[in-house]
Amino acid sequence: MEKLIFEIGSAGRKGYSLPKLDVPDAEIKSLLPADSLRKKEPELPEVSELDCVRHFTRLSQLNYSIDTNFYPLGSCTMKYNPKINEKMAGLPQFTGLHPYQPETSVQGILEVLYETEQALCEICGMDAFTLQPAAGAHGELTGMLIVRAYHTSKGNPRKKVVIPDSAHGTNPASAALCGYEVVTVRSDNAGRIDLDALRGAMDGEVAVLMLTNPNTLGLFEKDVKEVADIVHKSGALLYLDGANLNALVGIARPGDMGFDVCHVNLHKTFSTPHGGGGPGSGPVGVKAHLADFLPIPRIKQKRNKLSLDYDAKKSIGRVRAFYGNVGVIIRAYCYIKSLGCDGLKDAAVEAVLNANYLKVKLKNDYRLAVDDEPCMHEFVLTGKDKKEFGVKTLDIAKRLLDYGFYAPTVYFPLIVEEAIMIEPTETESKETLDAFAETMIKIAAEARSNPSLLTEAPHITPVRRLDEVLAARELNLRWKKSGV
Amino acid sequence: MKYSPHTDKDKKEMLGAIGAASSEELFKAIPKELRIQKLDLPEGISELELKKLILEKTGKNYSTQKLNSFLGGGAYEHYIPQVIESLISRGEFLTAYTPYQAEASQGTLQAIYEYQSLICELTGMDVANASMYDGASALAEAVILAVRETGRSRVIFSSSLHPEYKQVIKTYLEGYKIEFVEIPHAGGSFDEAALKREADDKTACVVVQNPNFFGCIEKVDKIESICHSCGALLIACVNPVSLGVLKSPGEYNADIAVGEGQPLGIPMSYGGPYLGFFAVKEKHMRKMPGRIAGMTKDIEGKRGFVLTMQAREQHIRREKATSNICTNEGLMALAACVYLSLVGREGIKEIARQNVLKSHYLKDKVLRLSGFELMFNAPFFNEFVVRCGKETDKITGDLLKHGVVGGLPLGRFNPEMKNCMLICVTETKTKEDLDRFAELLGKH
Repeated sequence: MEKLIFEIGSAGRKGYSLPKLDVPDAEIKSLLPADSLRKKEPELPEVSELDCVRHFTRLSQLNYSIDTNFYPLGSCTMKYNPKINEKMAGLPQFTGLHPYQPETSVQGILEVLYETEQALCEICGMDAFTLQPAAGAHGELTGMLIVRAYHTSKGNPRKKVVIPDSAHGTNPASAALCGYEVVTVRSDNAGRIDLDALRGAMDGEVAVLMLTNPNTLGLFEKDVKEVADIVHKSGALLYLDGANLNALVGIARPGDMGFDVCHVNLHKTFSTPHGGGGPGSGPVGVKAHLADFLPIPRIKQKRNKLSLDYDAKKSIGRVRAFYGNVGVIIRAYCYIKSLGCDGLKDAAVEAVLNANYLKVKLKNDYRLAVDDEPCMHEFVLTGKDKKEFGVKTLDIAKRLLDYGFYAPTVYFPLIVEEAIMIEPTETESKETLDAFAETMIKIAAEARSNPSLLTEAPHITPVRRLDEVLAARELNLRWKKSGV
Repeated sequence: MKYSPHTDKDKKEMLGAIGAASSEELFKAIPKELRIQKLDLPEGISELELKKLILEKTGKNYSTQKLNSFLGGGAYEHYIPQVIESLISRGEFLTAYTPYQAEASQGTLQAIYEYQSLICELTGMDVANASMYDGASALAEAVILAVRETGRSRVIFSSSLHPEYKQVIKTYLEGYKIEFVEIPHAGGSFDEAALKREADDKTACVVVQNPNFFGCIEKVDKIESICHSCGALLIACVNPVSLGVLKSPGEYNADIAVGEGQPLGIPMSYGGPYLGFFAVKEKHMRKMPGRIAGMTKDIEGKRGFVLTMQAREQHIRREKATSNICTNEGLMALAACVYLSLVGREGIKEIARQNVLKSHYLKDKVLRLSGFELMFNAPFFNEFVVRCGKETDKITGDLLKHGVVGGLPLGRFNPEMKNCMLICVTETKTKEDLDRFAELLGKH
């Protein structure tokens, strides 16, 4: 067990240095009014640089990560994050730029941003992109605000957003945040949107259908053109949750399928690291008829110079300060440049190949959630037939940790009982997939022969199974100095 | 360059196992008319070529490495100890996901718990979340919390709030029926008399930025008492480094404290990725947006950490969630966590002190120049507004030729302030830098 940073160190110990004060010293009290000053000092740590380095290095060693483990987390696209992209984004000529520097002094970064927008337009078949949203859900909110602004400009913002029951939880949350009522439509047996249910849900108050394609069962929505027709006929728009775009890059484009607006996750499809929960980046693309509603500022090219345009009258406004998670966007730019047109397509093809290969290897020992047909970049199993041994999907997930694999996404999508959602990504080798499949099969056997191995798992991780109920019941959300 | 490892032999074996003749068969669910032949993008390039390409781009930038910058206004140049980059670039932190499997993510989870604790200590609040996208979006979500918690619909702020933050609040609350009341500042500060007139029993919250966009330190105690006397929530939007010397939101009884965490060891990176921090009084914690880590025990009684209070979140509550946030700014929160651990109790005070002393030194020098005057008389932390004899754009253009990025011209936010600039001084500036800046300004 690693101590808390507050539990190490000693009063008076220091881990930093500052240049000696070279302007005249004075009492702060003489410069600022007494009632504006802090009275109670914060209880911050007092550690040496080595104390600090050792503490956080040890903490890091308690994590599973892509760099150390296979991480088949469905819908999260945990592909390799190229090292060169880290180095490039970390160059001081990028990291040292202040967002309010004169535009003449930042033409290089503006070029990177502008070219990334252009590349995303081509990849998605969209007419304009904004790079401002900081994550996928932030992109969804931006998309919903664009939808709302579009309908408002037509005289009625409309009231409802239609979302399939297989959608990511962020979809309904984003729609609600934007003031819409959520209407859920069911999926058919293959997890695809049910066209009759969709027709039944559509009326003049529906603003948009939010669709994930490939869907969260890893299947392509074959009828997407018909879906688009149904939606457009009632004057509504079609939104793509682009979390699963990795299967489609260079193969097919959302814009050609009839989507009016989409977000993409640079931290999934375009290989930027997840950082243990961000930063991400969720650019939003639109067709021409929605371009005026994009958030400000927009990057504009005029006479070979790039500038930021704040004067967009129909724009939804600003969704954050400054211009987006620029450091993340630089990494995605490097990725797109490195792979190029063919490499991007190969990545999609091999992601799909890997998912199908793993599916074939596992389908006899675990049940597929839907009928057997080729999947896209991911597939979903159900652990429900393991219940007869007293074993849940959660137990399978925890047992995988013992074997050095991170667990797949579990209990999602919600429409699958005991769901196990597996996305291997294209950067994993056949040997890794074989080893993972062998382990999964071994665990299926353990479930039959020795279920307590699973129900008591994990056994060899830094901590054993953690009590989430206790955490929620007796909330301990911060350290406090004892006796305070 | 490609990062997928498959050889032709691998692919053949895998397709064989699948029972497909070619990878094309795997895509048969996609209608033919939707397939594309080829993306209209250049061919891929090698790592060497990528480096050259990027160096060509960086060659067109002039970063603070070469320039002496006096820009602030929501993004600040502070010194970032090397340890931070060394630790947050470790693959085990960098390439992990949101810690869904707690037992395999204890490093991330304990770091979040420590980050939450550090933010609580710094802000004087009870509970903090694991991070938001940036200061502006954190503020917008704080306003949403206040509107939901109080069931009221008026939101009051001063025109001295950062203009981009105002815009973000308005964008985020588009779907709510909110009356935004922007009170014109009085001498750069929150106009308390006007606040007294405006605050009523329909007011959900009063937003106070401290120091505000003009750098002025607000009279927070007075604002607090007016705000709370009408039952509204007080939202404090603060610069975290200023809290090394300035009164913490907890000390003036704020209900919610938010702010931009970038000054805590995160590079300016042309505006992102940054860090929104978000902390509340205990009574509001169940309405908080975002992830929260909590301490618990494993089945052997050993201490460990998990994500908790998840019944607020989108993956459980869907449209009834407190927020739609999923991915946050985890790695940036880690950077802030390492920064606050490293500079510690003494460092945060000393850094804040140097900011005060150096900015006041420059202010005194600028005031001695003819044609320049201080716009506002309120006390300030590390930035202040100067009114110049002519349009600041002309001055800053000339300064740039000397390798100096002058203060932020305020005309871009308010045409009436086209002769004003917001000048920021942090601990990164030497006396020599400050003397030279004043000397260059004096030529105008």
